[in-house]
Amino acid sequence: MKHQHSFQDPVYVVDGLRTPQLKATANPGPFSASDMAVFAARQLLLKMPFSAHDIDEVIIGCVMPDASEANIARQIALRTGCSEQTPAWTVQRNCASGLQAIDSGMNSIRTGRSELVMVGGTEVMSRAPLLWNNAMRSWLSEWFGIRSKGLKRIQQYSAQALRLRTQFFKPVFSLLKGLKDPIAGLSMGQTAEILASRFNISRAEMDQYALLSHQRLSQAIADGLLEHEITPVYDHNNHYFEHDTGVRKDSNLEQLARLKPVFDRHYGAVTAGNSAQISDGSSILILASDSVVKKYHLPVLGKLIDCHWQGLAPEEMGLGPAYAIPPLLHKYNLKLSDIDYWEINEAFSAQVLACKKALNDDEFCQQELGLGKKLGDIPIQRLNVNGGGISLGHPVGASGSRIVLHLLKLLKQQTFHSSEQSFRGIASLCIGGGQGGAILIEK
Amino acid sequence: MQTAYKNWSVETDNKHIITLTLNQPGTSINVLSQSVLNELQCILATVKNSKACALVFKSAKKHCFIAGADINEFSMFHNHPDPYKTALQAIEHGQQVMNSIAELPFPTFALINGFCLGGGMELALACDYRIALEHEKTRLGLPEIKLGIHPGFGGSVRANRLLGVFASMSLMLSGRTLSARSAKKSGLIDDVIPQRHFNQSISHYLDKIKLNNNSGWTKHQRPFYLSLLEMDFVRPVVAYILAKNIKKRIHEAHYPAPFRLINLWKKYAGNTDLMMRKEAESVALLINTNTAKNLIRVFHLQELLKSQSHETASDNNSRLQHIHIIGGGVMGGDIAIWCAYKGFRVTVHDRSHEVLAQLVQRANIFLNNKLKNKRLIQAVLDRLIPDIKNQGIIKAQLIIEAIIEDVNSKQQVFIEAEELAPPDCIFATNTSSIPLDDISYSLKQPERLIGIHFFNPVSKMPLIEVVSSDKTSLKAKQIANLLATKISKLPLPVTSTPGFLVNRVLMPYLLESIVLYSEGIPAAYIDNAAKIFGMPMGPIELADKVGLDICLSVASYLAVSQNIKIPEILKDKVKNNFLGIKSGQGFYQYKQGKIIKIKNNYSKLSLTQVSDRLMFRLFNEAVACLDERVVANDDLLDAGIIFGTGFAPFLGGPMHYIKQKGIEEMDHALADLSKNYGERFKPTLGWEHLMPEI
Repeated sequence: MKHQHSFQDPVYVVDGLRTPQLKATANPGPFSASDMAVFAARQLLLKMPFSAHDIDEVIIGCVMPDASEANIARQIALRTGCSEQTPAWTVQRNCASGLQAIDSGMNSIRTGRSELVMVGGTEVMSRAPLLWNNAMRSWLSEWFGIRSKGLKRIQQYSAQALRLRTQFFKPVFSLLKGLKDPIAGLSMGQTAEILASRFNISRAEMDQYALLSHQRLSQAIADGLLEHEITPVYDHNNHYFEHDTGVRKDSNLEQLARLKPVFDRHYGAVTAGNSAQISDGSSILILASDSVVKKYHLPVLGKLIDCHWQGLAPEEMGLGPAYAIPPLLHKYNLKLSDIDYWEINEAFSAQVLACKKALNDDEFCQQELGLGKKLGDIPIQRLNVNGGGISLGHPVGASGSRIVLHLLKLLKQQTFHSSEQSFRGIASLCIGGGQGGAILIEK
Repeated sequence: MQTAYKNWSVETDNKHIITLTLNQPGTSINVLSQSVLNELQCILATVKNSKACALVFKSAKKHCFIAGADINEFSMFHNHPDPYKTALQAIEHGQQVMNSIAELPFPTFALINGFCLGGGMELALACDYRIALEHEKTRLGLPEIKLGIHPGFGGSVRANRLLGVFASMSLMLSGRTLSARSAKKSGLIDDVIPQRHFNQSISHYLDKIKLNNNSGWTKHQRPFYLSLLEMDFVRPVVAYILAKNIKKRIHEAHYPAPFRLINLWKKYAGNTDLMMRKEAESVALLINTNTAKNLIRVFHLQELLKSQSHETASDNNSRLQHIHIIGGGVMGGDIAIWCAYKGFRVTVHDRSHEVLAQLVQRANIFLNNKLKNKRLIQAVLDRLIPDIKNQGIIKAQLIIEAIIEDVNSKQQVFIEAEELAPPDCIFATNTSSIPLDDISYSLKQPERLIGIHFFNPVSKMPLIEVVSSDKTSLKAKQIANLLATKISKLPLPVTSTPGFLVNRVLMPYLLESIVLYSEGIPAAYIDNAAKIFGMPMGPIELADKVGLDICLSVASYLAVSQNIKIPEILKDKVKNNFLGIKSGQGFYQYKQGKIIKIKNNYSKLSLTQVSDRLMFRLFNEAVACLDERVVANDDLLDAGIIFGTGFAPFLGGPMHYIKQKGIEEMDHALADLSKNYGERFKPTLGWEHLMPEI
């Protein structure tokens, strides 16, 4: 049976722009999460024939904004010159927050609430704070709570000083906390180790894939393929960044093989080299309804068709795409081969390879997805063709919108052979906590 | 109860608080004119014996409490047969009014919003409490010194009593204005209150006064130790220190007011009544000096330049929000930073990432010095967009080009702009030398092009030259004037002739100083001669500061069309890379940007002979500019030279000076110079046209 969802009006992506993704170093990075988004958004708005005031709604995904960035979307909206009357809200679906923002924007347009929506994701992981632990926090609040006067005050201060213990000074690394699943009690890297073991993915395979990611990104930079999606950023100390800083042009298998596993130190295979980098970045897109596109004669990058979300066991969160993609294909009666390009966010080599293997595995597809047989193999030459999280970093809240943006730019480069022909792409992410999200787009 | 006067409204509420609201009809600001003071005197006489529990001064204007005395009334004194006596009477009258405020038997308040300057500040000082609105437009100060006088309504006495001698003198001698916050910090006002509590603040204060004591109320006063400085044997020492600092900057012969002010304090600070009387006498004398008259003239010239844009400002407001700047170098970058700082969205295009990165860094440093507040700095930086791909061009309402001085490159910029920019976008070039018509030659709509010539450093120089040719449209002129208003610059309309006004007049003067130098006269001697004439900075020092390479390029350009010979020594200096401060050596030597002065004795030419040679070249060129109608009239010429070159403000501008000295005499003096020193002093045709026809 053929499903046709004609009730769904088209939602267009007018254009998008992102910052370079800056690999985190030992020191906090030069920009805040809102700074990053402002760089991308204000430059993107310059290209638009409408003004920032014409935007109806702003939706931004962000996982770990700074304490001063409550509802970061609103700050970004006001800083880029959107009207004070324009509502703005922040979404959080962990690694897919950027995709969630796109999905929410699409819904706002489909329900007729908005016609022109600025969406995207932003993340600055390099500035994730070190926190006081709770013991220290209680001690401090007692210290600052001392109100008595005179001799008693001195007594109380000294008594409180004697209660201070060295273990109070042990900081809490908020970044590590964020990258650990508290329900499953596993770090994200450990969930990747589980997939490697289940699908028999060797260390060599992982390193091979990581190397491919770096090679693809360096080639894309050399060929200028990313020029139209990146806007440079300038810090306050006479530095500028034009390209993603995590790429290693001359990486090789020997170097990758030398790295030690970081999550399961003795028996594991997941290393810093075959995992996504911790980085800072932001990607912003403009979504528009049919009538707005006509009103401003907007050129469009492509159409958003639909999005699908699916939960799974937190311990195997990396398989998220394998769960989210098949229902989306089924809903639109598409075969795997109908999709021209794929973006599956590279959280870990093991995880991307596991998704690929799972969808090409009869047993998995029958038992876990309830399909008749395997879905097929996603050809590697159509998957993450210009690199991914491993080479250009995975600023968690921003990656969802980055892969959609890149996929659209990729489809834009294709040339039509006939007027009826259309190009399709799917972008999908695995989500910490055990979910998968996938979006179908068309040009 | 409410009684209405022409300027004041008087209101008494049920708590017996009297509010006097000043609202001068027909203007957006309040000034202490005679009629305002007269009415106030009547009001005070009636409320003096009332059962009021407090009196409050307020202003009904949006951003102005009282901007000062009515400067237009000063000319009344000047035109009177006995100017000294008239002035003295007016000042003593003002003092009386202030004194009757101070003597009221109940607490008095000044609720200050916006400008509170000069006489307005003195009125506030006569009150018991001063409460200011927390707002960026709230500015307080005693800037009388800038008009060649000093406070006359008891301000110098009361400020001293409130702040102590050093703080009050620094306020009055510099003439600077303070923000509400710094005024609070210094003790000039009692509190800074946000708008949300501003109107209730009085009852809050009255409650506090009642709580604190029943027998009276406490007022802010200088701390005890500062009154020690007022002891008879300490005063001369303090006065000596103050005067010594002032002498570093100015000459008493040029600007007597600061020295009179210090002297006033030195002689009479022990005796309030006597000091008041002497204050009035001193101002009555000062106000009739040529310095004060000329500084008042400068004030009016400033208003004249500002008024150019007022006519057009309102209907164009919405049309200018986004400025696109092409060229992110020193000038382009500084223009961009300044415009963003003043509220515009600014995109800056440059082909080099390095240039743009430097620009962002420079902006950051500038803003950190200027604003300090992180939130405000971020807002400006968000508006300042480095634009490597030149995308801002499609959205801008004004494009300012600030690339290298090359006709072809500039033409290219505007050809591209004509293709991409919105149809109502105005094009401006920051050229300092190329005629507009040469640049607009290849444009389909040359009327869109105007020149907006900024001076370096952009953040410090008050003037911009607005250059138009016959083709330039009215709208382009309006937008340029609007820009000037919005970025707090004074627009001087000039025609598109080589060097426009400022560079053209300045260059012969600078070159003459170099000729003098090459004749063996020490640089310091030449600079000193200029300073004694009244210039704020010597010509040689100025050349070093501007950069000798830049001087040479402007001079070479002017040499084509004007009667200018470039001294060989300038070419040699540039050839050997002695470029001035930036290279560490020019005519002077510099150590870490600081000048190394060498003392020497020289007496072949007198200081007057040196300054005559310098100034007459400037005067001669100024007359030529006026004759060629580079600017429309002599007032505009004087304004341009004063604000563009810093020409001695106390002389009122070159044309004013020439007229004061006598046109014929000046012409003769020039002719004498040309006999001794040759062609370059030959009086231009303009002198003949200046002479009244007989």
